[in-house]
Amino acid sequence: MAFRDGPFENIKVPLAWTAAVVVIVALVASILLILSDHRDATRAQAEYSPVRAGFDAVLGPVSGVFAAPVRWTGALTDGVKDYFFAVSENRRLKQQLVELAPWRDQAIALKNVNARYEAMLGLRTEPPVAMVTGRSVSDARGPFVNARLIDVGSAKGVRIGNPVINEHGLVGRVIGSTGGFSRVLLVTDVASRVPVLIDRTDARAMLTGDGSGNPRLEFVRGVGAVQAGDRVLSSGDGGGFPRGVPIGVAAKGIDGSWRVKLFSDRGAIDYVRVMLFQDFGQLVNPDSLNAPPLAGLTTAPAPDAAQTAAISDASARRDAAASATAERVRAANAAPQPQPTVPAPSPATAPPPAAQPGAAE
Amino acid sequence: MSWIVYPALVVVAAQLLLATPLQLFGLNLPEPVLPLVLAFAWPLVRPSMLAPAVLFFLGVFLYLLWGGIPGVWALGLVLVYGVVLASRTLLAGQETSILFVWYSCCVLLAFSLTYLIFSVSAGNAPSILALLGQLLPTLLLFPIANWMIERFDDGDTRFR
Repeated sequence: MAFRDGPFENIKVPLAWTAAVVVIVALVASILLILSDHRDATRAQAEYSPVRAGFDAVLGPVSGVFAAPVRWTGALTDGVKDYFFAVSENRRLKQQLVELAPWRDQAIALKNVNARYEAMLGLRTEPPVAMVTGRSVSDARGPFVNARLIDVGSAKGVRIGNPVINEHGLVGRVIGSTGGFSRVLLVTDVASRVPVLIDRTDARAMLTGDGSGNPRLEFVRGVGAVQAGDRVLSSGDGGGFPRGVPIGVAAKGIDGSWRVKLFSDRGAIDYVRVMLFQDFGQLVNPDSLNAPPLAGLTTAPAPDAAQTAAISDASARRDAAASATAERVRAANAAPQPQPTVPAPSPATAPPPAAQPGAAE
Repeated sequence: MSWIVYPALVVVAAQLLLATPLQLFGLNLPEPVLPLVLAFAWPLVRPSMLAPAVLFFLGVFLYLLWGGIPGVWALGLVLVYGVVLASRTLLAGQETSILFVWYSCCVLLAFSLTYLIFSVSAGNAPSILALLGQLLPTLLLFPIANWMIERFDDGDTRFR
């Protein structure tokens, strides 16, 4: 037999059959990939697939190159718009400043009072959450996945589970992080669940995304718990999000379900801030959990001159009001008691006159 | 090579470009599933062992780019390829309108399968309106599939 002869030389198989074999192998591989999906929420620690992490590390710079001309064009159009509408914008901002100035003064006064109360009572308040700012370089907008790739990663402290906000409200949550890039799952994604509360009634609900622009409110209990126009905030239940992050405004959907118009949709989700919030165990001082109650009552720092003056003024006013009240009570007690007088009998009740004996003879 | 590798690379580049977060007048860029065009056109050009393998990897690429469940789009693409391959003798030489109807059915099949898997996995069905927002741009890409079929169609029936 020649070198090239063999038992399989003359076997001819239609190309369609071999293609079908490859199709079957690919189908089996796809099904195995689907079954190997590790999106189990009960896992103790979330992990980001190394393949996905590597792909994001490559995709990030490439998408950044594509996004750069978009940013430049956006900046150019914003500059042109600011130039041509400068006068009307200036007028609007001045008006807004006049309206907001009293609120600022009130907020500063309330903040000072709250700080004193917290110090005196030894309250353990939530510490301020550190944040890092990033920018979107790529996004997935389909019905099955709503996610974004941002240009901050684990090198800046971003971890899986960190909430992401923009200047208007909650955007989503980090689901994967590499050295320089992170993937954010938006609140509109099908797999997104955010525990929320209604600001007006403190009712609890679950914000569930469905790929559309307005996620649903589920598990709303009670009649009148939600009304159109109610503000929706994060409730902090479950420890995944801090409490009080603004999310949106409730509205009735065309299908009759409660939907939320997101605050984050008020502008393009370009710059975002990642809250480096893991859970409520992030205390300033872990030992404060074991401190006795009202521990700050005797250990609060001494007030400064302005606070001392305000405190003495308030206490003097209280003393003056108390003394005035006491004086009124004493005056009321010292006044002579009025004597009770017998009232004159009325003619209708007067007894009849006695009979006169000599008058009749 | 010219009708498998180059179109696949073009699809990858176009998909990356369409993932740019660009917003014009409040509207985002469309996000069609470009590999479905190849999944429909390739089996009608000629059967190939390389094409379904490339489609599998394109599906994995879509998972890495968008996220979601691994293997879903790979399954949809390879399934469309298999369906069209099986009905190749029926579709060969048909009119454009008939091909468009078959293309629409294949796209609906892929999207329905993906919809079902995501609904079961997430316990929550995606919005139909959002689904249409991705389905319609994908349907509008049929002229590209038609052009590929006419450009690369091999009249040589001498299969190995």
